[in-house]
Amino acid sequence: MFAGAPQYLISGLTVGATYGLTALGFTMIFNTTGIINFAQGEFVMLGGMLAVVLQKAGAPLPVAIMLAVAVTALVGCLIERGVIRPVGRTAPVNLVIITIGISILLRGAVMLIWGKDTFALPPFSGSAPLAILGAAVQPQSLWVLLITLLLLVALKLFFSRTIHGKAMLACACEQKAAALMGISVDRMAMLSFGLSGFLGAVGGAILTPITLTSYDVGVMLGLKGFAACILGGLGNPFGAAAGGLILGVLESFGAGFVSSAYKDAFAFIVLLALLFVKPTGLFGGPKSDRV
Amino acid sequence: MLTLTNLDISYGKIQAVRRASLHVDAGEIVALIGANGAGKTTLLTAISGLLRPSAGTVSFDGQDITKAAPDKIVRLGLSHVPERRLVFKPLSVTDNLLLGSYTRRGRVPRAELDRDLESVYAMFPVLRERSGQPAGTLSGGEQQMLAIGRALMAGPKMLLLDEPGMGLAPTVCRDIFKRVTELRDERGLTVLLVEQNAKSALAVADRGYVLETGRVILQGQSSELLANRDVQRAYLGRDKSQEES
Repeated sequence: MFAGAPQYLISGLTVGATYGLTALGFTMIFNTTGIINFAQGEFVMLGGMLAVVLQKAGAPLPVAIMLAVAVTALVGCLIERGVIRPVGRTAPVNLVIITIGISILLRGAVMLIWGKDTFALPPFSGSAPLAILGAAVQPQSLWVLLITLLLLVALKLFFSRTIHGKAMLACACEQKAAALMGISVDRMAMLSFGLSGFLGAVGGAILTPITLTSYDVGVMLGLKGFAACILGGLGNPFGAAAGGLILGVLESFGAGFVSSAYKDAFAFIVLLALLFVKPTGLFGGPKSDRV
Repeated sequence: MLTLTNLDISYGKIQAVRRASLHVDAGEIVALIGANGAGKTTLLTAISGLLRPSAGTVSFDGQDITKAAPDKIVRLGLSHVPERRLVFKPLSVTDNLLLGSYTRRGRVPRAELDRDLESVYAMFPVLRERSGQPAGTLSGGEQQMLAIGRALMAGPKMLLLDEPGMGLAPTVCRDIFKRVTELRDERGLTVLLVEQNAKSALAVADRGYVLETGRVILQGQSSELLANRDVQRAYLGRDKSQEES
């Protein structure tokens, strides 16, 4: 009965990578602004949909994807600059509700412009499956895993090696002191929205050849990404990425061994169970620092 | 060098500072003393541009900075060491110091930043020993040194120091105050020092202002203030009239 295990593992990791990227987007914005951005799933949808539209318009696939990602990152920046910042200093929950509004707006706009159909992108390098450990693996799965891995490494370097990455971390942990250093907290918030848009869009664009896309895929992907983020411990980037992969794999095993009818339920059952046992998430320990 | 004129600062409807005026000349150490809640920190926060005063003006080095953004104020050479130190706890000591020079990146040569980092380490050798450690693991005194070092990395002409002695052992506290004096004597830094501990603040300061419920009620040379009965009674925990009787 475990014959299918490697197969489920690979497909779980593939989908989980996208959850992880979405979760990272949540983490990034949460850390710099204290907001849970519920338009995060829409970034994933935009990445996929824009890539499809651009490719249909005649752009070569890599160009279409890069443009889609750039435009989505820009949308992220615009959300911060145009909606979040003007609302100004208010309780984060108000801003969270605004992000829900933005997600409905984005979804509606895409539906009105490009309709309710489901779209596909061609895989990056053919669709002849590769046999790995007895599993038939689509080449696109490897692309997804590879690109996610590269992004994680790039982010790690951004935060540990560049002054702007460190400034973002500084804003996250001690906003007042960051402002006193002359770091513009507003600009860092905008950067975090842009980066989240970028991450979400990449996730959406590279997953579309496997799972297809439509105007409303963002709802479920956003929720799963959020679940992954909580699973790994809110605010912890490593936890977010790991939470995404774990969630993807659990879901895939659940669908394979139990029933695919409950595929979406597994993520949330796991999340609930974890919150009962360890509310800080798998990788979020109690904070300890000296005063 | 720094002049506040009739500054009013409010949080919503609560007025925290009323018509406060004070000045600090170049090369001076000036103490601002007062009880908890007198408005000392509020005043510093407004000078640094994090709070907008509702009336009055702040000028620094000949420029009006009343409405300037915090990063511009740092660039002009006014650095603020905040109350409770507020070091970036998860980041390493070196990263904390580098972030102090955030506004100078690209404006001054790399070599100058390296030299400044070296001079902070020379001033506080314990920071060099701990350079790779997360700042949150440092002791209170070390965090205070780091907060001061971080402010120095901005290449300031003047420091605003908010309660540098808070929560520190008396010997550590004395050491910090000694460093403040050295900064003035050796580098010509101007200092506005906010303290609840009036005695140690006035001991290092040239002049002082006393703030009470948002108003400047007294000012003068440190020696005068130390000898002043009201100051003694309210802030030095001593009442001469009772001692004599």
